[in-house]
Amino acid sequence: MARHEGRGMASVNYPIGMNLGGDPSQALIHSNPEGKFTVALSAIDLGQGMKQVSRQIAAETLGVPVEDVFVDTADSDTGPHDMGSFASRGTHRMGNAIIVAAREARGVLLEAAAEELEVNAADLVTDGRGNIHVRGAPSKTITVKATAQAAQFKQGKTIAGRGIFLIPLSAVDAETGEMNPNTAFAHACLVADVSVDDETGEVEVLRMTSAYELGRVINPRMVEQQLVGGAWMGISHALYETPEPYYPSIEHGPRDFNEYLMPGPGEIAPYHVTVLERPAPDGPFGGKGPGEMCANPVLPAVANAVYNAVGVRVDELPITPEKILRAIRANGGVKPGPRRGGPVNWR
Amino acid sequence: MATMEMRKDLFADERDDNLNVVGKGLQRQDMPGHVTGRTRYFDDHGFEGLLHLKIVRSPHAHARIRSIDVSAAERAPGVKRVLRGADVPVNKNTLLSLINFGKDDEPSLAVDKVRYKGEPVVAIIAESEAQALAARKLVRIDYDPLPTVFDVEEALAPGAPTVNETYPGNYFEYHERFDHQKLRFGDVERGFASADIVMEHRYQMSPIEHAPTETNGTIAAPDQNGRYLVHSCAQGLFFSLDTTAKIVGLPSNMLHFVGGTVGGGFGGKVDSLTEPLAVLGAMMTGKPVRFVLDREEEMLYGSPRGAERIYVKDGLMRDGRIVARYIRSYFDAGAYTRLSSYAAIKCTAHVPGPYWIPNVASDIHVAYTNRCPSTAMRGFGVTAVDFALEVQMDRLAEAANMDPMEFRILNAYRDGDMKPHRRAAKNTALIECVQVAAETANWPLSEQARRQTSHTGGAGERGQVPATVIDTKGQIGRPDTRAGTATQTLPAGTMRIPLSKQPVMDGSRDGRAAPTQVPRYEQVSPAITPPAPPPYTSSPYQSTTSPPASQLPPGPPMPAPVPPPAPAAPTQTQHGAVRFSSVFGTRRR
Amino acid sequence: MAKTPVQFRLNGSDRAAFVDAPETLLNTLRRGLGEFAPKYGCGQGTCGVCTVLVDGEPVLSCLTLSVACEGRHVETASGLADGPELHPLQAAFMDHFAAQCGFCTPGMLTAARALLAKNLSPTRDEVIEAISGNICRCTGYEPIVTAILAAANAPGARRA
Repeated sequence: MARHEGRGMASVNYPIGMNLGGDPSQALIHSNPEGKFTVALSAIDLGQGMKQVSRQIAAETLGVPVEDVFVDTADSDTGPHDMGSFASRGTHRMGNAIIVAAREARGVLLEAAAEELEVNAADLVTDGRGNIHVRGAPSKTITVKATAQAAQFKQGKTIAGRGIFLIPLSAVDAETGEMNPNTAFAHACLVADVSVDDETGEVEVLRMTSAYELGRVINPRMVEQQLVGGAWMGISHALYETPEPYYPSIEHGPRDFNEYLMPGPGEIAPYHVTVLERPAPDGPFGGKGPGEMCANPVLPAVANAVYNAVGVRVDELPITPEKILRAIRANGGVKPGPRRGGPVNWR
Repeated sequence: MATMEMRKDLFADERDDNLNVVGKGLQRQDMPGHVTGRTRYFDDHGFEGLLHLKIVRSPHAHARIRSIDVSAAERAPGVKRVLRGADVPVNKNTLLSLINFGKDDEPSLAVDKVRYKGEPVVAIIAESEAQALAARKLVRIDYDPLPTVFDVEEALAPGAPTVNETYPGNYFEYHERFDHQKLRFGDVERGFASADIVMEHRYQMSPIEHAPTETNGTIAAPDQNGRYLVHSCAQGLFFSLDTTAKIVGLPSNMLHFVGGTVGGGFGGKVDSLTEPLAVLGAMMTGKPVRFVLDREEEMLYGSPRGAERIYVKDGLMRDGRIVARYIRSYFDAGAYTRLSSYAAIKCTAHVPGPYWIPNVASDIHVAYTNRCPSTAMRGFGVTAVDFALEVQMDRLAEAANMDPMEFRILNAYRDGDMKPHRRAAKNTALIECVQVAAETANWPLSEQARRQTSHTGGAGERGQVPATVIDTKGQIGRPDTRAGTATQTLPAGTMRIPLSKQPVMDGSRDGRAAPTQVPRYEQVSPAITPPAPPPYTSSPYQSTTSPPASQLPPGPPMPAPVPPPAPAAPTQTQHGAVRFSSVFGTRRR
Repeated sequence: MAKTPVQFRLNGSDRAAFVDAPETLLNTLRRGLGEFAPKYGCGQGTCGVCTVLVDGEPVLSCLTLSVACEGRHVETASGLADGPELHPLQAAFMDHFAAQCGFCTPGMLTAARALLAKNLSPTRDEVIEAISGNICRCTGYEPIVTAILAAANAPGARRA
C-alpha cells in the first residue's frame, strides 16, 4: 500500500462575453462641481470586482486620479440597463460601455478647460493627477476641479457621458451551427501534481502550475484573486462536490455544509500562475475576463494526473475515493505512467 | 501558498503598457466595507413590520396535484396571507423570454402538477419565520404520483413519461425543426474512415451546487408613489426586474430594484428564484416581505450546475494529428428550461475546444428530467465539455505515443484558423500558454514545440470553410428520424449567417486621444490570411525573466494537419437561413 | 408568546431587546438591533458567517440563544476597528486582498480575532484550525490564511 505521485495537464480556451451577443450594457458618468466623478451602473458586483474594474477603466479614460471616481452598482432607478454579471461579460461589455461614457464626459471636460484657457480642446491633455494642460506647454494649465467649477457655474455645461456597448444578436444556422458567437477568447494551460493513496483512494493535489492569457489585465491583484479562488473551486469540483452523489439518482443529497463536501483551508494546494496579456481588439483596453474559466482546466488536469499516478481513468465527476478504488481493482492494480519533467521551477 | 507573475515580454508589441490606472493592482473600492462589516447585502436592511415568506414544496419528483387545502394554514397564528398558483398574475414564464428565447414553461407556484421534488406549490407569509414554518405543516396537498425519469438518455427514449408538457418529447426544440442543436464542418465520417485510430469515450459531469455563502433572497417593500422597493441579490438587476414585472403583472417602472452587491453568485442568482413571490407578497399584504432560502433549500432546490453527459469520438493519425471529432452530448435541464437551452448553443460554439480539426460535428441535446431545474454556473456550457475534451486529449496523446503538451501544441488553433462555427479565430494564445506552463512546471518540450507560435501556421488552407455534409436527423416529433441521415453536401465556403457588425474598441491601444469616440463598427469577414498584428507602440517594460520559448525564431512547422478539400468559391446561400428568432427555438407565444 | 427582556453589551455599548425564548442571537442582532455585520449563511452552525464573540469566545450566533447572552459582552466585526483606526487584521485583509464578495469576511475576522487574542504567534496550522469552521466560496482561503499570519505580529494585533 502506497501513495503514488502523478502529473497531468490540460489546456483550454474560454469565450468572453455572452454567447451570440444581443446583450447591451449601459453606463452613465457625471461630475460633481469639484470634478469628482460618479459612474452609475446596474451591473452587479458579486465579488468578482465589478466596482473596482469599472472604476479603473473610468479613471483611465477620463484621465483623472482613480480616487476621484466612485462606482455605484446598486440601483435600477439611477443605473441604466445592463444584462447582468454572468458569462464572463462584465469587464468586457460594461468596460466598453464605460469607455464610451467616459470619453463623452472627457470631451465636455476638455471643452470647458479649452474655454477657460482660450485654446483648442484638441490641444489639451490630462496628466492623470487632476490637471489639464496644453500638449507640449505644461505651464498653460488648469485643474480638473477649476474646470468643473467653471463648467458648472460659469459656462453652464454638464460634464457627463452616456455609454452603451452592444454586440448585436447573432442567429444560429439550424443545420451547420454557423453563428457569430463571441469576439474574444482567453486561454490557459494548467499542470497538476497529485498524490493518490491506493489504500484509501484519496487524492491530494500537491501543487498546480498554470499559465493564463487574459488580454489586458485591468488589475493584477484582482486577477490573482479570481485565478487562485477559481483554482480552489476547480479542485473542489474535480474531487468533492455534488448534490447528487449517485446521479442520476436524486437520493442522498447533502443538505448542509457538513454533507456537501468542499476542501477547507487545510487542503490548499500551492499554486503558481503566470499571466500573459494578448489584448483583445474589442476589449476595454484589450481586457478579456478570467472570472469563469479559472476552474475549468483544473478538472481534467487533476483527472489526467490521477491517471498518470495510478493508471485509472475516472470519467465521471467527482473523482471520489470510491471510484478510484473500484477502478484500480478493475484495472488489476496500480499502473503508474511515465514521469513527466522534474521539480517545478518556482519556489 | 499562491504566487502570480506577469510575463510582460510576451505579446509586448501588441500592447501599450504606458497607462495611468489600468494594469495597476489598486485596492478594491469595496474592500473597506468588507473588512468593517459595513457592506450592505440584500438582507441587511431593517423594515418595521417585516413579514416572512416560506414555501411549501413538493415531496414528489413527479405527481398530479389533486387538491390543495390551505384553510388551516390561513388560520394559523401570525399568518397574513397564503399564496397559491392562482394568485400569481402570470404563472408561467421562462427566463429567456426576455430575449425571445424559448417558450414559457415554468410556474412560480405549481398548479396542476409538480415536476420535481422541491417544486414550490404554496407560499406562506407570516409575522415571523417560525410562524410561517409552523403554518407550512398545516397545508394539505393531495398528490397522485406519476412515473418519473431521471436519466437524460432515458428521458429521450420512446415511452418515457413526459416531464414538461410544453416540450412533450422531453427535449428543447431548436429552430422549430430539430430536437437538438447541430454543428457540421467538413465530413466527420470520411475523417474517421481515413484515421489510423478511432476512439470514443463517455464522460459525465456531476451536478454542482453554487453554494454561495449568502443564500438567495429578496426583501420587497411597498414604497412611496405606489411603487415597490426590492432589495435583490440578482446577478442581473434588470434581468430580475423585468422577469418580476412580467410575473406579477406590474409596469417595470413600478419596481425599484436595489442590489448590485451580492454575497457570491457563481451563476446561482440569475434565476430570480425569490424576487417575484416576494414582490407579489408585498402587493398582497401591503407590507414588506422577506423571502430568503434556507441552506437546505439552497442546496437541494436552488438549481445546480447542470449535469452533462458527453460522448467524444475522435479520428487520430499516428503522427498525432486529429482529423475528425464528433461530440454527442445531453444536457440535463431538469424539469424546466431556465438557461439550459442557451448553454447548448454556447457549447456548440465551443466545440471542438481550442484546436484546429478539419472535420468536426456535434449534436447537443437539452433533455428534461424530473430533477430540480439546472441553471448557469461558472463556465456554463464549457466546464463539462473541457473536462471531457481534455481527458480525451490525454488519451489521444497516449494513443499517438506523444507527450501531452506537444500533442496540444501540434493540434492547437492559431490565428486565422477557421472554427467549426465558421468564423476565423483571432487573438489566439493557446500555444504560448502551453509553452509557459511547461517551462514553469519544468516539463521539457522539444525545440520544435518551443518554437511554435499562435501567429504563424494557421490560416491559409486552415482558414477555409470546407465542403460540409449536413443532414436532417432528429426532427421534432419524429423520434424515427434520430438515426436517419438524409444527407446533402454544402459546397466549400458556404456561409448562411450574416457576418455580424462587431464594434471595434481599439482595445489593444490607449483610447484616450479620442475623447468623444464611440465604437466603430466594421464588417468582420472570415480571415483568409493571417491578420496582421495591430500597430504597436513600444513597451517600456524590460523582461527580467529568461527569454521565453515563444520568442525564439519561428522554427519549422510541426507536421501540418491534413488540409481540407480545396475550397470552391465562397457561396452565400440563403437556403436554411434563419430568422432573428429562430435561433431561440420555437417563437414564444 | 410572552417576550423576555434581555440586556447585553454590544461592541461596548449597552443594548436591550425583547425576545422570544427560542430566538437566536443572530436574529436579535440583525432584526432586533439592526447590527448587520454577522450574516445568515446556514442557520445550522456549518458556515461561520454569523460568528461573533461572547465574552471574548467565538460563538455561532445562529445557534446561540439571545437569552443566554444576558449581561454578557457581544462583539461583532463592527466592533473591531478602534474608532476610525482599522484593527491590524482588517488592514492585513485589505493588504492581502483577502475578500472578494465579502460575505464571509466579518465572520472570518471575528474568528481570527479570537485566535490572536490568545495566541499572537500562531502557526499556519493554528490559523487554519481557527478558521476551519468558516466557509469562503470565493478566495480559496489562501489570502485569508496569509492575512491572518501577517496580522499576527503587527502592533495592536491582540487589541481586544
